[in-house]
Formats: sequence, structure tokens, C-alpha cells
Amino acid sequence: MIPSATATRHPIEPNLRLTYNRMHRPNRTTSLRHAYFGFLGVLLLLLAAASTLLAQEGFKTETSSGVSNIRIAVADFKPTSADPQTASFKQTFDSTLFADLANAGIFDIVSKSLLPQSTPGAPAEIKIQEWANAPTSAAMVAFGSFNVQGNKIICNGFLFDAKNLQYPQILAKQYDGDATDDMARQIAHRFADEIIFRLSGGSQGIAESKIFYVKLTGADKEIWQMDYDGANQHAITHLGTVSLSPRISPDNSRLAFSSLGREGFQIRMYSLVLNRMVNFTATGGTNLSPAWSPNGKDIAYSSSRTGDPEIWISDANGGASRRITSFRGPDVSPVFNPRTGSQIAWISGRTNLPQLYVMDIDGANVQRMTDGGYATSPSWSPNGQFLTFAWDRKYGPGAPGGQDIYVMEIATKRWIQLTHDGGRCDFPSWSPDGRHIVYANSPDGKATHMKIMTMLADGTQKHELTGAGADMPNWSWK
Amino acid sequence: MNAMQARIRKTLVITATLISIGAVTGCHKKASGINPNALGPEPAPTAAAPTATITADPLSIDLGQSVILNWRTQNATSVTIDGIGDVNTNGTQTVAPSTSTNFHLTAKGDGGTTEANVRVTVRVPVAPAAPTESDMGSEAAFHQNVQDVFFDYDSFDLRPDATAAASKAAAYLTAHPAIRVVIGGYCDDRGSAEYNLALGENRANAARTALVSAGIPASRLRVISYGKEKQFCSEENESCWQQNRRAQFSLDR
Repeated sequence: MIPSATATRHPIEPNLRLTYNRMHRPNRTTSLRHAYFGFLGVLLLLLAAASTLLAQEGFKTETSSGVSNIRIAVADFKPTSADPQTASFKQTFDSTLFADLANAGIFDIVSKSLLPQSTPGAPAEIKIQEWANAPTSAAMVAFGSFNVQGNKIICNGFLFDAKNLQYPQILAKQYDGDATDDMARQIAHRFADEIIFRLSGGSQGIAESKIFYVKLTGADKEIWQMDYDGANQHAITHLGTVSLSPRISPDNSRLAFSSLGREGFQIRMYSLVLNRMVNFTATGGTNLSPAWSPNGKDIAYSSSRTGDPEIWISDANGGASRRITSFRGPDVSPVFNPRTGSQIAWISGRTNLPQLYVMDIDGANVQRMTDGGYATSPSWSPNGQFLTFAWDRKYGPGAPGGQDIYVMEIATKRWIQLTHDGGRCDFPSWSPDGRHIVYANSPDGKATHMKIMTMLADGTQKHELTGAGADMPNWSWK
Repeated sequence: MNAMQARIRKTLVITATLISIGAVTGCHKKASGINPNALGPEPAPTAAAPTATITADPLSIDLGQSVILNWRTQNATSVTIDGIGDVNTNGTQTVAPSTSTNFHLTAKGDGGTTEANVRVTVRVPVAPAAPTESDMGSEAAFHQNVQDVFFDYDSFDLRPDATAAASKAAAYLTAHPAIRVVIGGYCDDRGSAEYNLALGENRANAARTALVSAGIPASRLRVISYGKEKQFCSEENESCWQQNRRAQFSLDR
């Protein structure tokens, strides 16, 4: 649920409403009507300006569906083999499954201390009434068996509806894979995603998604990858320079980023299929902050090849470049509307301090979204309705402002603040299901102390994914 | 005997005084060019000092054209022109210098030495100004003359102090045409990395534009934005942030 923060309504709004009502009165003379139409135009302008100021909280992100969360019991799985590796792999599996379901944001998870003593491994072994009764009081039960045979993990997972005693089974899945700790974790992710898919009204789980980020390695910055829960952190690039702004392609095949070379920052491309760098045509000037179109065919980025940083769009190899913006001052950090592919949100310094803007991909219909402060690093929600970005609303010399993560509803420009007083926050990125946001946070503001955090899109359930020295996270599209 | 020694000593003192006066008054005569006659124990007081004039027509030419030198002397026994050698006491000669040249004439006679100069300017199309300078200059001289340009926060407009620094830098770079420059754009560590890289690009370009406006060819200037990725100063205060908000000039080797 969104914490119902105090809604600060702009005092001018009721007056505007009154004026509208008066204008709709009939029987006006023509000249008066003309005067009123002129007046109407001015008021519309005022309203447009006022709506920017109407920074009130209280809309819902997709995190909450309006119903109370489903109470689910997650049993430890039953070990069904004597293999000595079973215990440690099962421990990984159990804790990963529990964490995935807890992180999903749609469940009320029964504390393990309230679970029945039994450890069912198969449908025949579960007494479903035990799990439905207090104090467990579960609506759903996830359970199963886990065993290691030779070099294979074999895992049977079940999801039962504790309120439907006659036909309780919702889901039965069998998984197998190599007997490794990582495989135990991946199997738990897959089972968790199945459960989330069934119980969330059809939205895909994110347990198999990846997060790409920048890892500080001495004076250099390399691109790293990890699972969505912070496990399995490992390096992708070894370029020995400063690489920034990793952006994974929608099909997870290529990673675009920006890297410092002799001629300054250039867009670089890494193939996760070939596991090597692939070509992206270099151009003059500083080239920054790539962003994939949802069909994976185009890349929008900031390029100063004309002497001023502007938003350009190229194909995925750097060809067929075309310029989208032309305003003096920095234009940077574009991001496509992932639902339509027909709009771009980006950051522009055309009016001095950087502000958040939205435009069509041909550069038309430029719309300013933020009403002041210092706004950077937008990410567009998968359903196309929201932007999340970093915003310092009181930016300036000596100002006590903090840089925090905000979510804005695009249609109304209303926003909510998701982080408070936790130090500098930047680079929010939506999860594929639109229910989570990963971001970078430095409690004391120092760049070297940046670490990667995740939270639900309403600002709750914040927790760390990495230690210090990690920045600029980018969540995969699936 | 004593009188003789005193007289020799007096002569030496007079000679030394004359030499030192010559040095103080800025005589361009080389040390080895002292007329041996002047050192003699019995200088001839009646010999008239030589006179010399040298002219060139025209005084400035384009590269490849020639110029006529014309000189006249009186009371001279030998006349030399640097770069040409011994010449007649009066004469003309056609020369075609490839760079701007000072033609330096030395006329020696019994009465002393006289000099005359004429400067022929050669207009070289590519490097019209001070083309004799082909060295890069020293690193220290570069940083003394081409100083970093500082900016207000979140701004890439040149301040008055920055405009003055850019003019000084342009003058030095004009005098040292071999120097190529990297202009690095930097930001303080507040704000966001991507935006600061774009802002650093604007800062470096502002400095570049100032130099190009002052006549430095754009081909000698390379711009790289480092944003806040390469901090010069890492403390959290305004003086440190100011040091980081700059366009920095470096020799492009």
C-alpha cells in the first residue's frame, strides 16, 4: 500500500474550478463570449502551470492492487536423498524461495515459527487443514521435496490453496539441474516466479531477472552483473577505464554503455551471447547514457558531435544517426517509453538546472515534467504510466536539499517521494514487473560509498543488494 | 719607470671604462668584435667614425618573392652583413629570405664600428605570426600562460576572469603554433554523473569557443569531458568544488 502521506493541495485549484463553472453559464453576448474565450486561454495556461505545481501525493503505483496481500506459508522443502550435498543446497533453495516471495510485494508471509511441525514433501503427505488453522492461518502453502542424485538436483514444488480443501492443488512443478549452489538458487527463482505469476493476476515474476551496474575497481569503473537479489555478482567488462551507464537490451543479448577512451566518452557495446565487445560506430564529441528502444532496434543517447550535447537516435550498431533535440545546454539520460516506444523522457539543462522532460521520438511535443530543483536519471515504468527519477528539490549552494528518488504519474504530473533522509540517492531503475525500483544510495553522500539498494515502488521494503563501491544499476527488461 | 707604469695603468683604466660604457649603453657589438685598434696604446683621435645606412625595397614580401638590399657607408674599411658575409662598402644585393629576417650590417673603420639594421618581413600564408617559433615550449611555461578556466556551479558560461584567462592563453598559443591542446571539462562531485558529463562537455566547449574566437585553429584543440569522474579535489566544501568546476588545458602530445 502507498503510505497515505499528507496531500498538499495547491490553494489556487478551487478558484479555478469556480471560474470554470461560471464560464459554462449560457446567454452571454458575443463580445463577452470572446472575452471569456480569451480569458479561458489564459486560465488554461495558468492551469497547465499550476498542475506542474500540484505536487501532491496519493496516487497508486502497481505495487498494491487494492486488495490485502495474500497470506502464504512457505514450508522448508523435504530432503529425500542421503547425498551429503543435499543439506547445503536445500538451505540455499529454501532461503532463496522465501526471500523471493517476501520481496515480491504481494504476499503476507507466515513467519517460520508459526508453521506446523510437519515437513510435507508430496501432495499425499500434507494435511492442508493444519496450515489453514490458526496460528498459521495460511491462504496458500508452498511446499515440496528437494534431493540430489549423483550430479543432479531434482526438485518437486507444489502450491496448495489452503481454503479449498477438496481440490487444493494450484501448481505442481518439477525442476532438475546440475548440482551446484547457483542452480539451487536458480530453481528457487523459477518456482517463485511461477507462484507469483499465478497469484499476482498474471504479471511475470522477476526472480530470474538481472541487474547490471557499475563497480568501482580502484580508479577504474567496470560493468558488473548480479541476480535481482544481489547474489552472483561478477564482472562483465575488463576495460581498465571508466565505464558508465550500463543498459541491457530488451532481449538480454547486448549491453550498451559509455566508456572513456582517448577521444573522451564513447558508446560501447558488449555481446552477452558472444561474451566480447562488438562494434558500435564511434563519432566525435562526448557520447553518453545509451537507452534501448523496446523493440531492441534503436538506441537513444546523448552526443555532442555538433559541439553541444543533444539527444540522438541510432540503430543498434551506431548507424543511421539522427538528432532529436536542439537546445543550447546539456541534454542527456534519455529513456524510451517501454510500452509504446514512441516517446522519450530525458534530462535537459536548457533552463539552467537540469529538469525532466518528455517528447515524441521525432522531437515534437516537448513537455516539461518537473517544476524546479535538480532532476536527473529517469527510468520509465514498464506499463508506461510512471517515471522514476532522482530529484533534489532544494538544490543550490548552501541549500539543505537531499537527492532522493521520486515517482511521477505522467498523465497528472503528481509525484510521491520514495526515499527520505537516507543520504544521496540516484539512478533508479524499474523492475520488469513495475513493482520494484533498484537505485544507488550513499548514506554520507560520498561517491565511493555508493551502494545498490532495492525497494518496492511505494518506497517500502528497502534493503541493500551490494556493499559500497557499486553504482548506476539497470534492471533487465525480463 | 714609475711614471711609465702609471701611464700604462691609466690607459688600461680608460680602456676598461670605455668597454663598460659600451656595454651599459646597450651596444650590440659582440664581445669578439671589439676593434683591436681601440685597444692600442695610441688610439688615433683624428680618424672619423664610420657611418652606415641599409635599406630594403620592399620592406615586406610574400614567401618566395625577393627584396633589394641597398647600403651606403663612409669611413669604413670593411663591411659585413650577417648571413651574406663581407660586402663592398657601398652596394646592392637581391635576396629572397624564406622567413622574416633582420639584415644586420657592421661597418668597421679606423674611427670605430657602426651598425645598421633593416627588417624584411616575409608573409608566410599558414603561420603569419612569429613563425620562427616551432618548439612546444616548456610544460611550466604552458601552465603559466594557459591557465585553467573556472565556472560557477551548474554553469558553462565564461566568467570575466575566465575570459581574461582565455585571452592570455590564446596569446601564448598564437606564439607557439606547434602546441596542440586537450581541453578537459570537469564538474564538482555534487549532482548526477551523466548530467555532469554533459555539463563538462559544455564547459570545455565554452573554453574551446573562446580560443577559436581568439584565432586559434580548431584543429589544434581537442575537447574531452570528464564530468565528475576525475576529481581534482575531494573535499566537501565550496573552495574544493570550485577547483573541480573547470576547463583544464593540457598539452596534447
